[in-house]
Amino acid sequence: MGFGYYLVPDRRMASARPFVKRHHGLVRVAHWVNAIVLLGMIASGLQIYAAFSHFGPRGTPYPNPFDGKPLPEWSRLGGWLAGGLNWHFALAWPFVITGLVYLGFLALSGEWRSLLFRPRDIAPAVQMQLYYLRLRRTHPPQGKHNALQKGAYTFIVLLGVISVLSGFAIYKPVQLAWLTSLFGGYELARYWHFWAVWIFVGFTLVHVALVFLVDPASLRAMITGWYRGRFPSHD
Amino acid sequence: MTDRTPGLTRRDLLRLGLVAPASLIAACGWDGGPVLEPRLRAISRLNDWVGEKLFFSRTRLAREYPIAARTVDARFPAYSITRNRTGQYPTPPEREEWALDVGGLVRTPTRLTRTMIEQLPRVTYTVKHHCVEGWTAIGTWTGVPVSVVADLVRPTPEARYLRFDTFDSRYYNGWDLASAMHPQTILAYAYNDQPLGPERGAPLRVYSPVKLGYKLTKYLTAMTFTRERPGGYWEDQGYPWLGGV
Repeated sequence: MGFGYYLVPDRRMASARPFVKRHHGLVRVAHWVNAIVLLGMIASGLQIYAAFSHFGPRGTPYPNPFDGKPLPEWSRLGGWLAGGLNWHFALAWPFVITGLVYLGFLALSGEWRSLLFRPRDIAPAVQMQLYYLRLRRTHPPQGKHNALQKGAYTFIVLLGVISVLSGFAIYKPVQLAWLTSLFGGYELARYWHFWAVWIFVGFTLVHVALVFLVDPASLRAMITGWYRGRFPSHD
Repeated sequence: MTDRTPGLTRRDLLRLGLVAPASLIAACGWDGGPVLEPRLRAISRLNDWVGEKLFFSRTRLAREYPIAARTVDARFPAYSITRNRTGQYPTPPEREEWALDVGGLVRTPTRLTRTMIEQLPRVTYTVKHHCVEGWTAIGTWTGVPVSVVADLVRPTPEARYLRFDTFDSRYYNGWDLASAMHPQTILAYAYNDQPLGPERGAPLRVYSPVKLGYKLTKYLTAMTFTRERPGGYWEDQGYPWLGGV
């Protein structure tokens, strides 16, 4: 079977499957609030970057393909530095609160078990990768998410945590000097904070592409909570 | 498991996918407009409160650096409102003609000359300067702690803020008293062991490693203890008021 198999919806099979509840309302709200807030955080962050588009000590810049190149105006939110700062520091509240609510929900509901990538997921992740590379014929059994998805979702939550912490490290480099030094100092913390943006952007592009190419039913599930797609849980 | 019909059809999803990005793109470059912009500033005041009450410590000292870590003078940017308008930094007055008026809610309003200021206890430190734009630079500053001057004029209990005025095109700003009384907040008259030049704020400027550069008012003429929160040249236009780092 070629890749086109994934693009042709199998209507007969799909209608035979029942809807199953997949995402708690809290998770869905957190997902979409986060999607909008993160977009605003990135756009206002690019506005802030435009005020000084370099990294590292003055005169000895760190490697940066965007050195001296502010991102285009359509990608920025705030209009000028103060506007960008005010958007950024206002949106930081819902960004952090949503993240804490989401992580709290995962912890209390036990849902973290189906999302957290652990050492025992390494072997299934290899099998999953083999399947995607056509080196394995059958889809490995999986729970709500396969091991590669677990890896991706664990990674992106970690990236969110790193973004918030590096953000505080450059927001209060004197009062939170211990945190700033964990990132290697103010200049490096600002550097990591910026790189996190591009990892978020890359992740989101792949994430959205996979949703539409591989499992469009998962989009409906993230909106209504109900899933009826090609990858029912094997639990 | 239920047979419930989902609330969204494929067409709904398509519409959502087209409308959401379009409205987001339309929002770009936007400071919030007359409706949201004041709300963003209100949240900025909340952040000031968090910064002042939760993050700021009266006793935590900013790290000091060795002299060798100094940023080359030419790479340590300077600006002034007057220079932005006319191309020239404000001209420092003759030494005898300049004095700092210290007043407001104080028991003994005082006029301090350069000589008086230089005779007060002095501190020298080499610290990192954080600009709101995102760059940093390291320099050595010498001056009298603001707390020493406060002890001279004895602020009354109603005093909650400090206002700094200048001869730089009416640049001014306000500080919370706690940050102003921080041991590293000084009225500086020397930079890298030399008297301040016109670009650094001669003859006297505020310096402190606990605030962003735009709070470190140059070209001082007056220091006033107030009950009401003073605004500031940049703060009035939308920059965060506290500016603490």
